[in-house]
Amino acid sequence: MEFFNNHIKLFRTAFFFFAGLTLLVAILPALNNQQINKPLPNAAVMSEDATRGKQVFIANGCVACHTQQVRNVDMDKTWGSRPSVAADYAAITRTDTWRNTATLMGTERTGPDLTDVGNRQPSIDWNLVHLFNPRAVVKESIMPAYPWMFRFTKELAKGDVVVNVPKEWLGGKEGKLVAKPEALQLVAYLQSLKQTPLPDGSPTPEFLYKRKQETANGTAAKTLDGAAIYTANCQSCHQANGEGLPGAFPPLKGSPVVTGDNLELYVNIILNGYDARAEYGVMPAVGTNANLTAAEITAIINHERSSWGNSAKEVSEADVKKLMDLVKLKAPK
Amino acid sequence: MLKRGMYTRVKAMLVAACFFPLWAHAQQGGSVGKPGTALLFVLLAVLVAVLLAAFFLSVSVSNLVEKRRGRTAGSQKQQLQDYLTNFNSQQLRKLLHIAGEKRKGGQKRVTGLVILFLGTLHSNPLLAQAADTKTNLFSETGIIITITLILVPILAAIGIMIVKLSAMLRRQRNREELDEAEQLAAYLATLTDEQALQELAKRKEALDYQLTHTELSGQQMSADNKGLISNVNTRSSLPFVSPKKRALKRPNIDPQLSRLILWYMGCAAFWLLFGTTIGEYLGIKFVSPDADHISWLSFGRLRPVHTNAVFWGWASLGMLGLGYYIVPMVSNTPLASIKKGWYALWLINAAVVLGTICLMAGINNGGGEYREYIWPVMLLFGLGLVLTLINFLQTIARRKTKEIYISNWYMVSAIMFALTITAVAYIPTWQNGLGETIIQGYYMHQGVGMWFMLFTLGIVYYMLPQQLNQPIYSYSLGILAFWTQILFYTLIGTHHFVFSSIPWWLQTVAIVGSMGMVIPVVAGTTNFIMTFKGAWHKVAGSYTLPFFLVGIIFYCTGSLQGTAEAFRSTNLIWHFTDFTVAHSHLTMYGIICFFLWAGMYAVLPRLTGREAPQVTVGAHFWLALIGLLFYTIPLMIGSTLRGQMWIEGKPFIETVVHMAPYWLWRAIGGSLMWLSHIFFAWNFYKMISKPETADIKELALQQLEVQTEATIH
Repeated sequence: MEFFNNHIKLFRTAFFFFAGLTLLVAILPALNNQQINKPLPNAAVMSEDATRGKQVFIANGCVACHTQQVRNVDMDKTWGSRPSVAADYAAITRTDTWRNTATLMGTERTGPDLTDVGNRQPSIDWNLVHLFNPRAVVKESIMPAYPWMFRFTKELAKGDVVVNVPKEWLGGKEGKLVAKPEALQLVAYLQSLKQTPLPDGSPTPEFLYKRKQETANGTAAKTLDGAAIYTANCQSCHQANGEGLPGAFPPLKGSPVVTGDNLELYVNIILNGYDARAEYGVMPAVGTNANLTAAEITAIINHERSSWGNSAKEVSEADVKKLMDLVKLKAPK
Repeated sequence: MLKRGMYTRVKAMLVAACFFPLWAHAQQGGSVGKPGTALLFVLLAVLVAVLLAAFFLSVSVSNLVEKRRGRTAGSQKQQLQDYLTNFNSQQLRKLLHIAGEKRKGGQKRVTGLVILFLGTLHSNPLLAQAADTKTNLFSETGIIITITLILVPILAAIGIMIVKLSAMLRRQRNREELDEAEQLAAYLATLTDEQALQELAKRKEALDYQLTHTELSGQQMSADNKGLISNVNTRSSLPFVSPKKRALKRPNIDPQLSRLILWYMGCAAFWLLFGTTIGEYLGIKFVSPDADHISWLSFGRLRPVHTNAVFWGWASLGMLGLGYYIVPMVSNTPLASIKKGWYALWLINAAVVLGTICLMAGINNGGGEYREYIWPVMLLFGLGLVLTLINFLQTIARRKTKEIYISNWYMVSAIMFALTITAVAYIPTWQNGLGETIIQGYYMHQGVGMWFMLFTLGIVYYMLPQQLNQPIYSYSLGILAFWTQILFYTLIGTHHFVFSSIPWWLQTVAIVGSMGMVIPVVAGTTNFIMTFKGAWHKVAGSYTLPFFLVGIIFYCTGSLQGTAEAFRSTNLIWHFTDFTVAHSHLTMYGIICFFLWAGMYAVLPRLTGREAPQVTVGAHFWLALIGLLFYTIPLMIGSTLRGQMWIEGKPFIETVVHMAPYWLWRAIGGSLMWLSHIFFAWNFYKMISKPETADIKELALQQLEVQTEATIH
C-alpha cells in the first residue's frame, strides 16, 4: 500500500492519531477541570509556616507513601468524614515556575492517608517525636526518621521548641533536643491538613461499596473490639503497653483517671482532649475528631480499665451516652 | 482353576477400590457436617481419581482376559509361524546353530522355563489400616486439618493398592507370555526339515545385507571446497554448562556507528547498575528503616532516583542503542548523522545525572510519579529525543528499501509520542488543581506504554525474527497491534485515579480502554509466539532466545494483569497497595529489561566479535528470572491480603505489620535481581574488552609476517 511505504504520510497519521486522542482524553478534560472547579468558600487559607512545611513535604518525597485523597468507597471512611471532591484541590496551583502543581494525591498508601491528619493527630508533641524517629512512638512503623530536622543544644535560646524524646532514641547525644524550623513548618503543614466541611445544603457524595452492617440493636456494643479501636485511635501516644512515653504522653496503666470513679472526667478527656499537666503534651479532642460513638467510647474505656493490670469495673454504654451529652455542652467552642 | 480364582479376586479388589472411598466419604460427610465448597471439591477430586484408577485397572484386566480368549479361539500355529517370520538375524543365527547341533545328533534340551509367578497375593494391610483411621471429627475446630489427616492415608492406601494391583496384572501378563514362549520353543524344536532350514538361512542372509556406504559418494575422499564447515572444536572437554550456539560472525558494520552503539549500551548498563543499587537499598529500607539517617539518602528522595534512573538512564539509553543499530539496518542505508547520536547521548546522560542530584538534594517537580525531574532537566532529555527523531527520520527517508519495516513504525512513533507526552506534561504554565492529576495519569501511563513498550516492541519485531532466522509470523497482526495500541493505550492513563475526584466518565473511559488493551497484547503475543513455529528447538541451543521467550510471556501476562487491575472491583483491593509495585516490576522488568538484554546479547557480539562467557549469561538469566518471581509473587499475595484488611477496617498499623514478611521476600528477590545485573555488567565488559588469551592462529600469523618481512629486507 502506498500509505505504508510513505514515511511522511505514515508517521504524520500516527502522530495526529495520538495527538488527537491526547487532546480528547487529557488536554481538554484537564483544561476543563482547572476552569470549572473552584475552592470551597469556607476553606481555610494556609499559614505561611504551613506553606513552607508543604515545601518540606514535597522535597522529602513524602507523597511516595502517603496519599491525600479520600476515595468515595466505604473503606476510605477511616481517612475522612466525606469523599474528597474536585473543589478540595482547586486552590492548588503551580508551586513556582520551576515546579509543577502539587496536589499530592499520591498513588501508594504504604503509610496512612493524610487528607484529614490535622484533625486525626493534632498533637504537636507527638508529631515532633514521631518525625525525629517514628519508632519512638509507633514501634512497628517503617517510616523514615528525620533527625536532620532537629538539633541538640546545651543552652536553650528564646523560642526553642524542646522535643521530649525518650533517652534510648537519642543515640547517646547530650543536651536538649530542639526542633529546627523545617520540622516545625512540616508539622504546621500536617496540622493544616483538615477536610473542609461542605457548605450547608450542598449534597455530600456518598461512600460506595458499603460494608455489610453488623446486626445492630444492642449486640453491637458487645461485638465491638475495644482493643482494635484503642489501636486505631489511642495507641500511637499511649502505646500498646499502656505505659505512654515518659516526658511526652502519660501512662494509662494505673492511671487514676482510667481506674477511678470520675467517669465524667474520663469521657470528657476522650471527647474533648486534655491539657492539665505541664510535664506531658497536649491531648487533642480524639473522640470528637474521630466521631467516636458512645458504643465505641464504651469499648475503649472498658478495654483500658481491664488491660495492663488495670481492673476497674465495667461501664455501661447508657452511662457513657448520658455523660457524652453532658460534656458535649461543655466542649470548647 | 487357579487363574479363574485370581480374576475373581482382582474383581473383588476393584469393587473394593470403588466403594472404599465412598464409605470413607460417608464417614467424613457425617462427621464434618457442612464442609466448605473447597472441601467438597477436594473430596470430589479424590472420588474422580479413584474412579479413574478403577477404570484403568478394569480395562487392563479385561484386555488380559480378551487376549487369553482370543488365543484359545484363534489358530495357535499361525501365530507361532508369525513369530518365526519376525525373527531377526541374530535370533535366526542362534536358531540355525541349535538346529545344526541337533542334526549332529546331540539331543539338547531347550532350556526349561521357570514360572516365577507366586499365585498368591499378599493381602493389602494398608487398606485395613486406612479403614482403621481413628478420626475424631466431632469437634468443630481444625476441620481442614482433620480432613487432610484422613485423606493422606486414604490416598496413600489407594495409591499403594493401585500399584499392587497393576503389579499383579503385570505378573499375570508375564506368566502368559512365558507360556507362549514355552510353546514357541517347543515348536522351534520340531523344525528339522532341511528345506525349511535353508529358507531360514536365506532369510538371514537377506537380513544381514548392508550397504557399503560408498554407493553415492564413490571411493574418493571428501573435501570441504566451499568452506561450509568451520570452527570445529577438536579439543573439547566435559562442559560445565550445556554449550549454546555461538553468535555468527557478521559483516562488519561502520566502526563509527559501532562505537556509538557501544557507548549507548555501556551508559545504559551503568544506569542499570546504579538505579538498581538504589532500588535494592530502598527494598532493604522496608525491612530496616533505620539503615541510615542521611537526608540525601532518605526513602522519599531515593525512590524517584531509582525509578527515573532505570527509566531514563537504563531503559531509554538501552532502547536507543538498539534503535541506532536497527533503524539503519532495516533501512539498508547508513545512519544519517552519527554526530547527532553523540549529542543525544550526552544530553540524556546529563539529564539523568542532573535529575539524580536534584532529587537527592530535595528539588523535585511536586510528586507526580516519573515526573519528579523538574522541567529544565527533562528539557535536556527532550532535546536528546528530538535529535534522535530527526536522525531516525532522515535515515528512513534515505532508505534503500521500498517499505518501511514495521520495527521503524514502532520505534519512530515511540519517540514522537514520548516527545508529545513530555511536552504536554512539562509545559510550565498550566495544570492547576485536578488538571495536574488528569495529566499525571495520562503522562505516567503513556510514558510506560507509548515510550518503553512501543519502542521495545519495535526492537522485538526486528531482533526476534533475526535470532530465529525466520520471518515474523504475520506482518498484518503487527500492524493491527500498532494501531490498536495507539487507540486504546492513549485512553487508559486515568485508571491510576479510579475513585478519586477526577470525573467519573474519565475513569470509565480509562477502564474501557484498559479492556481494549487485550487486543494489541493478544495480537502481539500471538505474532511473537507463532514466529517460533517450527523453530522451538532453537530455544534450547541459544542464549538470547530464552530472554525473548521470558519477555514474551511477561508481555502477555503482565499486560493482561494491567487490564485486570483497572476494574473498579479490583481497584478496591489492590489500589494503593504494593500490588502496583509488583505489577510495574513484572512489566518494566519482565518485559522491557528481558527484551533489552536479549537484544544486547544478540547485537554486541556482532559489533565487537566477542561473546560473553555462557556461564555468566546463564547466571544473569536465571538470577534475574528467579529474583523477579521472588520479588513479585509474595508482594502480590501480601498486598491482596492487605487490601482485604483495609476493607475489613483493621487498624492501619496492623496492615503494616502484616506486610513485613512480604517486604522481606521483596528484598530477597531484589537482591537476586541486583546480583544478576552484576553478571550482566561483567558480560558486557567481556563483550567489549580485548580477549585475555590471544588467538593462537592470529599470533602465529603475525610472527610469520614479521619473519617474512625481516627476510625480505
